[in-house]
Amino acid sequence: MGVFPFVVVAWILAVGLYGIVTSRHLVHQIVCLIVVQSSTYVLLLGVGYRRGAAAPYFSDVSVHTPAVDPVVQALALTDVVVEAAVTALLLAFAVQAHKRFGTLDPQELVQFKG
Amino acid sequence: MNPAVRRWVFLAGAAGLAAFYLWGLTGLPGFGSYPGPYGDIINRIAVAQTNATGVVSAVNFAYRAFDTLGEEFILFAAAVGVSIVLRHLRGERQRPARDESMDRNVAPTSDAIRMVSLILVGPTLVMGWYLASHAQTSPSGGFQGGVVLATAFILIYLAGEFLVFERISPLAAIDAAEAVGAGGFAAIGVSAVAMGLPYLTNFLPLGSRPGAVSSSGTIALISFFVGIEVAAAFVVIVSELLEQTLLSRQESR
Amino acid sequence: MSMSGCAAVIPHSAPLGLMNVLQVTILILVAAGATVVVLVRDPVRQVIALSVYGVLLAVLFLAFQAPDVTLSELTVGAVVVPLLLLLTLAKVRRREE
Repeated sequence: MGVFPFVVVAWILAVGLYGIVTSRHLVHQIVCLIVVQSSTYVLLLGVGYRRGAAAPYFSDVSVHTPAVDPVVQALALTDVVVEAAVTALLLAFAVQAHKRFGTLDPQELVQFKG
Repeated sequence: MNPAVRRWVFLAGAAGLAAFYLWGLTGLPGFGSYPGPYGDIINRIAVAQTNATGVVSAVNFAYRAFDTLGEEFILFAAAVGVSIVLRHLRGERQRPARDESMDRNVAPTSDAIRMVSLILVGPTLVMGWYLASHAQTSPSGGFQGGVVLATAFILIYLAGEFLVFERISPLAAIDAAEAVGAGGFAAIGVSAVAMGLPYLTNFLPLGSRPGAVSSSGTIALISFFVGIEVAAAFVVIVSELLEQTLLSRQESR
Repeated sequence: MSMSGCAAVIPHSAPLGLMNVLQVTILILVAAGATVVVLVRDPVRQVIALSVYGVLLAVLFLAFQAPDVTLSELTVGAVVVPLLLLLTLAKVRRREE
């Protein structure tokens, strides 16, 4: 149980990268990028976890209750929302690429220059 | 480089990376044994210092507010970027929304979906407002509240009222709301500087009780502005992508 | 309407063995979900898989005692991102007609 979450993080990262490398459709590639990003959230929260501790909210428990790390949660929180917006930007690029080149196959798109 | 070669190169690289990663894992302190002092210190002093019982939001909007400002501007830039990238290309003409929605041969939205979606708009708005304004008391905050607020707009679109959605989200007003949200956050920081304190110091009165709605000084205010900005950004993004389906093809090249 | 009971949603005083089993199960499900999302090649079906994966991730974050991140992931990953993807696919498909 000691390193199992981090092995899962590595697996998700590897699977997502494999999807990006072997993709034949731009939107499929973008979804695989989302999967890669999600591995970082799991890593952040896995690092801050303390066995037997509670969430860092103290409205009903005393301040000295053992709690997990709030800093990594704050990072992961803004991460999730902001990367959704960046995904939207990538999708906008995909739409324009389809308009200009007529294809969404990344292995054909790479042959266009300019 | 054909696909098979690409796949083998990737697998070779991934094998090397996996070897390094597993070697690094052997030195980790193990899952569940968080050793660092930073989290413990913040957990102990945050409630006393900021009167906010939601420590994660206190970290987001007070201790690391500068990071959050940067992240919010990434969001802002992404929304503006979507608007710019999806500008009308030369030769594209926008058909009026009414014509477009009438001659698309899609099935009309079923009554069940329309009813449920429209019923849920009110509670979603209230939920989003609650989340955006209670950052300091419980698991909530500007980011989640803003997305839920944007979802209320999206529900109207899902109920099949595409024309209503177009009318209640005029891009000029939503862009202005987004700018107000982003600028408001930066302005709160600047007003701290105007009082002689470091940028983004929590200078408003902290309130009487920890966890009350009007407590924790600038945390609640910043969270409110962030909620407005995130909601407006997502409505802009969805509007822009929706508008793309209205453009007709004019192959004038 | 206070959500202050969140600290007791996943009881942190539960026997340590029980907590571990939940976390291990959900981690395995998340790994399987990621594999499924990548291996589904049709973009529209992949969007559904991504939505389910988002919900699985949200449960994982809850098991890691992070309710704030759970809220974000639920709203973003199960609603907004699949919507954006479907809009893009609709736009691309119209052009191909």
